Amino acid sequence: MLKILNGEVYDPANNIDGEVRDIRIDGGRVVDAFGDGRENGSCRTIDASGMIVMPGGVDMHAHIAGPKVNTARKMRPEDHRLAPVPRTSVTRSGVGRTVPSTFTTGYRYAAMGYTTAFDAAVPPIAARHAHEEFSDIPVIDKGFFVLMGNNEYIMQQIASGERERMRDYVAWLLGATGGYAVKMVNPGGVELWKSLGNARGLDEEVAGFGVTPRRIIESLAEASMNLGLPHPVHIHCNNLGVAGNWETTLETMKSLAGRRGHLAHIQFHSYGGDPGGLFVSRVAELAEYVNTHPNITVDVGQIMFGDTTSMTGDGPLAHMLHQVSGRKWVNVDIENECGCGIVPIEYKDRSHMHTTQWAVGLEWYLMARDPWRIALSTDHPNGASFVSYPRVIRLLTDREFRREAMKKANPKAIAKTSLPDLDREYSLYEIAIITRAAPARILGLKHKGHLGAGADADVTIYDKCGDAETMFSVPRYVIKEGEILVEDGSIRRETFGKTLYVAPGYDKAVEKDIREFFRKYYTIEFENYPVQLEHYLPRPREVATIK
Amino acid sequence: MQVDHVVCAFCGCVCDDIRVTVEGGRITNARNACALGKSWFLNHGAPSDLPVARIEGKPASLDQGIEEAARCLAGARYPLIYGLSSTSCEAQRKAVALAEVSGGCIDCCTSVCHGPSGIALQGVGEPTCTLGEVKNRADLIVYWGSNPAESHPRHMTRYAVTPKGMFVPEGRKGRTVVLVDVRRTPSARAADIFLQIRPGRDFEVLWALQALVNGRKVDAASVENTGLSHEALAAMADRMMRCRFGCLFVGQGLTQTRGRHFNTSAAFLLVRSLNRHTKFALMPMRGHGNVTGVDNVLAWQTGYPFGVNFSLGYPRFNPGEYTVVDLLGRAEADAALVVAADPVASLPAKAVRRLAEIPVIALDTHESETTRCARIAFTTSTAGIHVGGTVYRMDNIPIHLRKVLDSDRPSDEEVIGRLLARVKELKAC
Repeated sequence: MLKILNGEVYDPANNIDGEVRDIRIDGGRVVDAFGDGRENGSCRTIDASGMIVMPGGVDMHAHIAGPKVNTARKMRPEDHRLAPVPRTSVTRSGVGRTVPSTFTTGYRYAAMGYTTAFDAAVPPIAARHAHEEFSDIPVIDKGFFVLMGNNEYIMQQIASGERERMRDYVAWLLGATGGYAVKMVNPGGVELWKSLGNARGLDEEVAGFGVTPRRIIESLAEASMNLGLPHPVHIHCNNLGVAGNWETTLETMKSLAGRRGHLAHIQFHSYGGDPGGLFVSRVAELAEYVNTHPNITVDVGQIMFGDTTSMTGDGPLAHMLHQVSGRKWVNVDIENECGCGIVPIEYKDRSHMHTTQWAVGLEWYLMARDPWRIALSTDHPNGASFVSYPRVIRLLTDREFRREAMKKANPKAIAKTSLPDLDREYSLYEIAIITRAAPARILGLKHKGHLGAGADADVTIYDKCGDAETMFSVPRYVIKEGEILVEDGSIRRETFGKTLYVAPGYDKAVEKDIREFFRKYYTIEFENYPVQLEHYLPRPREVATIK
Repeated sequence: MQVDHVVCAFCGCVCDDIRVTVEGGRITNARNACALGKSWFLNHGAPSDLPVARIEGKPASLDQGIEEAARCLAGARYPLIYGLSSTSCEAQRKAVALAEVSGGCIDCCTSVCHGPSGIALQGVGEPTCTLGEVKNRADLIVYWGSNPAESHPRHMTRYAVTPKGMFVPEGRKGRTVVLVDVRRTPSARAADIFLQIRPGRDFEVLWALQALVNGRKVDAASVENTGLSHEALAAMADRMMRCRFGCLFVGQGLTQTRGRHFNTSAAFLLVRSLNRHTKFALMPMRGHGNVTGVDNVLAWQTGYPFGVNFSLGYPRFNPGEYTVVDLLGRAEADAALVVAADPVASLPAKAVRRLAEIPVIALDTHESETTRCARIAFTTSTAGIHVGGTVYRMDNIPIHLRKVLDSDRPSDEEVIGRLLARVKELKAC
């Protein structure tokens, strides 16, 4: 039992905007009252007078676990060397700059007041690996999205019009991997990359499979909806990082035709200009479409200046980045399912292109009318590390700070964007939406992102401070499942959170056909493929599908 | 009793299609397994009279062994934990925690096999793929400094050469196989082309091939000591550029001969250059069943894949300083915990001499040179036969081991876990 008294509460899901309220916690949940006459009994009390109380942060799109992240770790000793993290009496050691080790990842999120994070791209065949790493990521609750946009079995079913079989397969695959949602990365394009090609438009045929990116997007959006998945299809569009890609992005939004869909790291997909040339911002057009189409949600994928590691399921994109920068390059093609690419990247404030990308991200936050449909993200670590969220928050809440930051960037690039004209400042209420309430709602997590009765008791308490970056960097208390784990920015106790997954029902008859596909084209037995949930998910939490 | 879809954790191929027959509490057959795998399954485990723990060669209880070993580790100034390539990731995860608490170094067999491949990845990256991509797409297979016929007997038949794949429906006929080595090994019989190069000339050959692939002129004189003619090199470069999907499998002939990580970096750069012309991948031929797993566990827990030092309370990486041969050869380590490896039988003499001077704690499923010399030896159950757990195939695919038999003996995970708990108590941390 825990009481948080007299705090200034920001709980947008319950329309609480800075009112002084008490929060009661019992059994890991928020409760209205302790009941059973225990109301006046003794329990731990936090006097939060003059402090700000919010639900724990929810990161809905990051790369924190699994084969891609771990290969990036193996690849970047020079990155780790800059940020060693010593062990303490309660925490494990690690390293942590752009690709932190698992323990450090959990502590860093928690110390920043984030209590839930999702990995955005796990190859199904390597799901077990992601779960193993999750078992070593402390404090936070976590889950992952399963890469399906270049799955050869799915493409075959689409081509032959087997919609029901495809839907059953999607359900089987989510259950077999212990995953949370359907993810598409450059649909069709990664398959083409396996023979050095790429998909440049929604109607380009995926050679050998008789489908197009458009049909893949439509089919998986439909399947996600029909299965009642809590999170709709999660799309990394074709043509990421290419000048002129905004048209592909708009086409992708239109192709959803009213079905729900989440467009990831939209910043990277909002560029005008000629392919190969300079980027210009096309946020206005895309934001207008999103503003008027409630079926679409986005996260931003803000870039911040500095050195980071790009890692993506989009193999051809990573190869392009490698060719542009000449830096070391990893490519992994994964049988029948997907691929991945990794390249270190430095975003320079003097660069016209990088400044445009930075401004495009900020334009998205400032031009999106409905904060409930936009989530704060840096596509960690692609745009920047998740530890830069507090700085992103300051850029959004503090107009003067933003102006100063603009002065340090490439002036010609800034002048071509609408950023200098955008005076909007986010309120704390709106920040609470884009960092907690909205991502939880977009993910379909009814028990997260708010502080109403029944919610998970994941709470962050900040000292009020004029500088939002400082305030959001070092919370006074972080409470996870009702336990105070962080005080004054340091971890006081190590616990492990839950793994969030879905297990939609399906017609078992589909397994016969899948088994045959495995026999022909996989190198692992069908029987050995599904993740043993009882072994790999030490604290499982199934999230129900929507009936 | 028959158990299907059993996983063989002997070599990096991690074949998971083994049909195991159990009769009278013993494995009597392992269908589909190669000669090495059959031997692993049929000869599993130590003789039943080998005690669970021995101290100075005398039988001891598990508790006594744990206590003695924990005191030994807690009292050491610079302990080394080494091996781990033939045990589960679950045990490896605990071993890293133990290294951290002990404040010494942890190193795995990678540092004496494919460490140079890991260093090449750090230097230039790595274009690679999973084995199923090879099966489904590859029309050109190159084995370099590797002898799969003897080291990975099913590699060719299960993954790379004979299977029919989605875009290679004709199987073996649809692929060209090239073997590059300093001697004609039994693998040459399965190859279409054998290129014999002079020992120690791998780097020169790889560098010349890269130059040719990049459209540069290569002076015939610069390759005359390689054992291959300029024409042969040009033909090979041409063949690699013209294939549809190639894969270069890199063996210890490259990583453990003169040049080491220069060789692997040259190989990785060659494949990188080939991707300007066609799709080409490479893959280190990882030896032990879960040596890929220990790289992964170390990387996710510490950021570094092998040779990790915890003396300052956080992970540091420096091959040549924190790696087993160097730590022992320079007589720096003052105690060693060896898990599922046999360094006494495999390391250079200088390193082995140091192992004879310091207290050694050994965990293994059977008697080995190392367990015989160890001050404290534990006999553990076998991951993949007596206990489940996770192993990573050479292409980083994680596979869950199936338990086939019961065992009275503790698992590596259990022993290391108990050591961890006790060392924490002794060091009061």
